[in-house]
Amino acid sequence: MNQFKMILRLAWRNLWRNHRRTLIMIAAIVIGAWSMIFMTALMRGMVDDMVADGISVLPGHVQIHHPDYRDDPTIANVIAPPSGELLEALGGAEVVAWATRVRVPAVISSERDTRGVTLVGIEPLRERDISFVAGDVVEGEFLTSPDDRGLVIGRKLVEKLETGLGKRVVVMSQDQENEIADRGFRIVGIFESKLAQYEEGFVFAGETVVQKLLGVGDQISEVAILGSDYRNVETLFRSIEAAAGDGVETLPWNEIDSYLGSMLAVMDGFVIVFIVVVFLALSFGLVNTLVMAVFERVREIGLMLALGMTPRSILGQIVTESVLLLIIGLVIGNVAAIATIEPLKDGIDVSIVGEGMEMMGASSVLYPALYLKDIVMANLIVIILGFFASLSPAWRASKYDPIRAITKV
Amino acid sequence: MKSVTCKQLCKTYHQGEVEVIGLDHVDLEINEGGFVCLSAPSGGGKTTLLNAIGGLDTPDSGKIWLAGERIDTLGKGELANMRLHRIGFVFQAYNLIPVLTARENIEFVMEVQGVPADEREKRSTAILREVGLEGLGDRRPAQMSGGQQQRVAVARAIVSKPALVLADEPTANLDSHTAEQLMELFVELNEHHGTTFVIATHDQRVMRYAKRVIHMLDGKVVDDERRDVA
Repeated sequence: MNQFKMILRLAWRNLWRNHRRTLIMIAAIVIGAWSMIFMTALMRGMVDDMVADGISVLPGHVQIHHPDYRDDPTIANVIAPPSGELLEALGGAEVVAWATRVRVPAVISSERDTRGVTLVGIEPLRERDISFVAGDVVEGEFLTSPDDRGLVIGRKLVEKLETGLGKRVVVMSQDQENEIADRGFRIVGIFESKLAQYEEGFVFAGETVVQKLLGVGDQISEVAILGSDYRNVETLFRSIEAAAGDGVETLPWNEIDSYLGSMLAVMDGFVIVFIVVVFLALSFGLVNTLVMAVFERVREIGLMLALGMTPRSILGQIVTESVLLLIIGLVIGNVAAIATIEPLKDGIDVSIVGEGMEMMGASSVLYPALYLKDIVMANLIVIILGFFASLSPAWRASKYDPIRAITKV
Repeated sequence: MKSVTCKQLCKTYHQGEVEVIGLDHVDLEINEGGFVCLSAPSGGGKTTLLNAIGGLDTPDSGKIWLAGERIDTLGKGELANMRLHRIGFVFQAYNLIPVLTARENIEFVMEVQGVPADEREKRSTAILREVGLEGLGDRRPAQMSGGQQQRVAVARAIVSKPALVLADEPTANLDSHTAEQLMELFVELNEHHGTTFVIATHDQRVMRYAKRVIHMLDGKVVDDERRDVA
């Protein structure tokens, strides 16, 4: 303990022997730490936004459907609506909301144009809590019940079809006998989405109406279930999977939309790579600072060795100096990063590159997302790598010959 | 009991292509409680011998014992431990750690030894008084004169009461009055605590206090003079 206190005292005082050099190094660490945390928060925010948007489009956190539905998402692969044990599980505390849907490929025609879309028959009251569409109706109104005969479509699709609110369109699909099933709908609501592909790709109608159109009785394409946190769906998934049984396929969102799922994993890897790259740039300055500090103190180190201080204590002193330097820089860098991110939590307008962002599936407003785990990871990586980077000059100092060091001019 | 025994110590240095003999078959025995001066002109081998005895430099050949324990075969860590607990050093120059105060410099060895803080403070306060630096304990080396710095170094060397003190030109930067005070302090420690002193010097004022003066030339012991000190 005595030794540690002494090493700490020596390291701290030596750190401030050359104020200017120490302050420059601290400034470099502050900038490095700030950029690590700030950029990570921006990237996390972007990915979170993409994932949240992706989930809100339709998948929910867990989904149940026919085992063949993913390969062939047609009306041929439907399942029975939830009942018994599954219905009980859907009422559990882990489930925030759930809804059934009939979802088939279809063609929509106006008097001007025809487009391929996904027709989604929904339970409007339940759907409201799960997907984006209810909250994004900007013209007209959302569907009111599964029997609602209206149709809600996206703004971009309205433009493509050159139609409008109150106008009629024809939606055409195939029923279970592979016969053409079509029906006229009046557009009752127009929604806007952050991403154009959603506005162009989906049309929403009452579930019962779609079931009648396709002649499937009360059968459905999928049950979408929403939990409380998309990052932690394992428990929810397991309980729903157990309740749903073997006749259906139950999947978490990251398997349903593997692009979104892999995005999170890629992001985690990218954050580590980014932090390590920033650190590598920093480490040159750090090692240089320590080498200079050791070089200036050769005689002093020789004296301490001559007096009986062990080489290990000398090594500890130099490493402690490095760690202190890093801690000071990191603390200031963390505070600076948090102070920068907090005021930007309401979003950063990047509409100047909005189209590019949209191509990546992100919106034109970035919401920085600061996670404790990212802060901890950035700090830990810097401290651990900094420790190893400082070992080389520290090792060299500990290997000095006392007499040659003392007499060094 | 012998405090220091050296047998056939040899050490050769290389300065470029020139070979310099530091120690040439030196045989030496110093009893416990001895007060010995090593006297030689510059390059005579006194500092080399002092460093070899202190485990700071290894001889090319020969054997060294300190208090009966052979030290020329010890590893770096064992030598560091031996220096820490059994030897007090006073070097010719650059004796102090600049970032520590006088008191902290004095306490340095005790701190490495693991002496408790209150005990360290008690001993450092007493020794500061003894070397005439009372009230200067909080000064850093840069705020002290050369003489004051050397006294701090001496205080550090003797504060943990080592069995052997090795001093290399300890009075080199001191005025005659301070040098005299310092030597009297050495004598007192030698007489009252039985501390063995080996001092490399060519200062006649220092040699006056020695019970024994070993004269060296070109790395050899050329004369071993035993004295009756007044």
